[in-house]
Amino acid sequence: MKDLISAKELTKDDIYSILDTAESLHEINRRDIKKTPALRGKTVVNLFFENSTRTRTSFEIAAKRLSADAVNFAASSSSTQKGETLLDTIKNIEAMQADILVLRHEASGAAKFIAERSGTCVINAGDGINEHPTQALLDIFTIRRVKKELERLTVTIMGDIAHSRVARSNIWAMRTLGMRVKLFGPPTLLPNDPKALACEIAADKREAVQSDVIITLRIQRERQGKLLIPSLREYSRFFGLNSEDLKYAPKDVLLLHPGPVNRGVELSSSLADGANSAILDQVENGVSVRMAVMCALRRQ
Amino acid sequence: MPLMLKNGFVVRDKVVQTNIIIDNGKIADITDELPQGAADIEVLDCTGLHILPGLIDMHVHLREPGYEYKEDLKSGSRAAVQGGVTSICSMANTNPPVDNSSIVSWIKRRSDEIGLCDILPYAALTKGMKGEELTEIGDILSAGACGFSDDGRPVASSEVMRRGLEYTRFFGSFIACHEEDAPLFNGGSMHEGRVSAECGIKGAPAEAESIMVARDIELVRLTGGRIHLCHISSRRSVEHIWRAKEAGLNVTAEVTPNHLTLTEEMCRSYNSFSKVNPPLRSEADRLALLDALKSGVIDCIASDHAPHHLDDKLKEFDYAAFGMIGLQLIVPLISRLVEDGVISWSEFANITAANPAKILNLSDRGVIARGKVADIAVIDSKCEYIFDESINVSKSQNTPYWKEKLKGKAVYTIKNGKIVNTGS
Repeated sequence: MKDLISAKELTKDDIYSILDTAESLHEINRRDIKKTPALRGKTVVNLFFENSTRTRTSFEIAAKRLSADAVNFAASSSSTQKGETLLDTIKNIEAMQADILVLRHEASGAAKFIAERSGTCVINAGDGINEHPTQALLDIFTIRRVKKELERLTVTIMGDIAHSRVARSNIWAMRTLGMRVKLFGPPTLLPNDPKALACEIAADKREAVQSDVIITLRIQRERQGKLLIPSLREYSRFFGLNSEDLKYAPKDVLLLHPGPVNRGVELSSSLADGANSAILDQVENGVSVRMAVMCALRRQ
Repeated sequence: MPLMLKNGFVVRDKVVQTNIIIDNGKIADITDELPQGAADIEVLDCTGLHILPGLIDMHVHLREPGYEYKEDLKSGSRAAVQGGVTSICSMANTNPPVDNSSIVSWIKRRSDEIGLCDILPYAALTKGMKGEELTEIGDILSAGACGFSDDGRPVASSEVMRRGLEYTRFFGSFIACHEEDAPLFNGGSMHEGRVSAECGIKGAPAEAESIMVARDIELVRLTGGRIHLCHISSRRSVEHIWRAKEAGLNVTAEVTPNHLTLTEEMCRSYNSFSKVNPPLRSEADRLALLDALKSGVIDCIASDHAPHHLDDKLKEFDYAAFGMIGLQLIVPLISRLVEDGVISWSEFANITAANPAKILNLSDRGVIARGKVADIAVIDSKCEYIFDESINVSKSQNTPYWKEKLKGKAVYTIKNGKIVNTGS
């Protein structure tokens, strides 16, 4: 595998192989000396055209624990501001003999565009509203660590599905694994054609929470457009999750969130910090999964 | 004490002369038998009178809060029951507008306190009726709003309408649309046509309505949402609605008695009582509306009762406010259609009660049947009178029928089994 661009393109074997590698690497992250020489001498460049702290740091730590040299490139201080095209920026970094490019970009399809025009390995760390495959893999990894097996599980994704790269990557990967995916949110935040993603649409919150795993997504009213949600107060009442809503969920329902959490909007604090929450496990597992992905890539 | 409406022409699928027994606010029985032990039952002799389900008027401006000098919840409720109307949907373009659950709850509470008819509040679709952000639709529905409408103002942005339709769909509600392409309406004062050309009054074309009707039908197709088209006035709009219904889309429509009985000719006098939005249109439009009503393309009658103080009307035609009162004019004007043989009594009941009840999902009313709420209008179709201060109980008198001779009147109105209009 040269690149990781899309969860949609991953086979069941690809996914299990990454999960298994991540499992074997996971233990390194709990050691006193968190280092393995797997990528010694390699150069990993984090190209983040959108702000991110968590994902960028996670990739940086992953690279460093594999003994690679990690370099961060922030778009605001870059030549992009001076009018350089994305392709030229990539060609320049490539000329410095980088081995892996980790790209986050606000335009859907940007990672694919670059991967097809570069000999360097490319990891998509989020392209517009399209995909965020390492997030999906770390979510699935987290689920497997708790639930032990994946097939036959039902996962509900709640919130802004239409504009979520996290939702889309999870849906593709989970469908490939034979998991059942339910979506819930106001129609303004769902795809217009409910059949487009081949998932069930839950009619109400009660139906939504009857699931083994619930992933709530971050609501950003300012960014998603004020027209799609009348108010955060109304969102939280009809589409957010609190302890009361979990009455109809299985006792051992697993709660995930890609972060950062808007406490009290899509998820109440009591749930975010409660026994069912695996939000911080997701963050920890993210490092292992990204290490596994970096190990899986090979230049052609 | 139970109440008997004795010997009236009861209007259901057929018109049958019989008796109605009302008990505990409900219709207890419809029977040819006179009950035994008649001492403990109140009897209202309805011989020669027509008994219809209480009218449901889906489009009323009550002006409170903010414009109480034109009308208020109480005076509007009185006008309703004097007109045989027992449920009214109040529009949200008050000051402040009805754009949150607190105002909706307040109107519902006032409606109960006044105790004449049910005021079912529409809430605004957008905050402040500015056409930009959706109101808290879920929260507002739990307070009891009947639907959503920015009536008085069109929703100019197609994107706002799209999102409104998607969002209301989730909650099983609908949007009542005031269809007007404002730039095309362009400050007109009447229908653009022959009369506006002859009289030199700036006109607005019928397409200012039909373009928006077509747009919103397309958006219903896109979103699976539901619209109710307010005060439809043109033949072209009717054609769009017909096609939408053929395609099985969730579209219903209303027409006002004014647009069914009057035309642009009324504006020749430059009398601002003839000024209304949408404007009175051509005779061809009027006939198309009648056809549409008969064939079911238009579902129901709504008055668009729009009271304005004389100060807002006694002005140059161009500067006068748009609007006509109408709560007490449904019965005489629709009775005239029955008398002229255009529609039957049963159709009268369908377009004024049964169909609005269906659109509003009110399964407890809209027809005369055992077990339904005893909301009833008793109509004397022969009663002739001049529509003036002695009849009109609205605070306003802006109607082209002012001081005109009318025939047909609600002589009794019964709400929840209680007589709220004794015809005096």
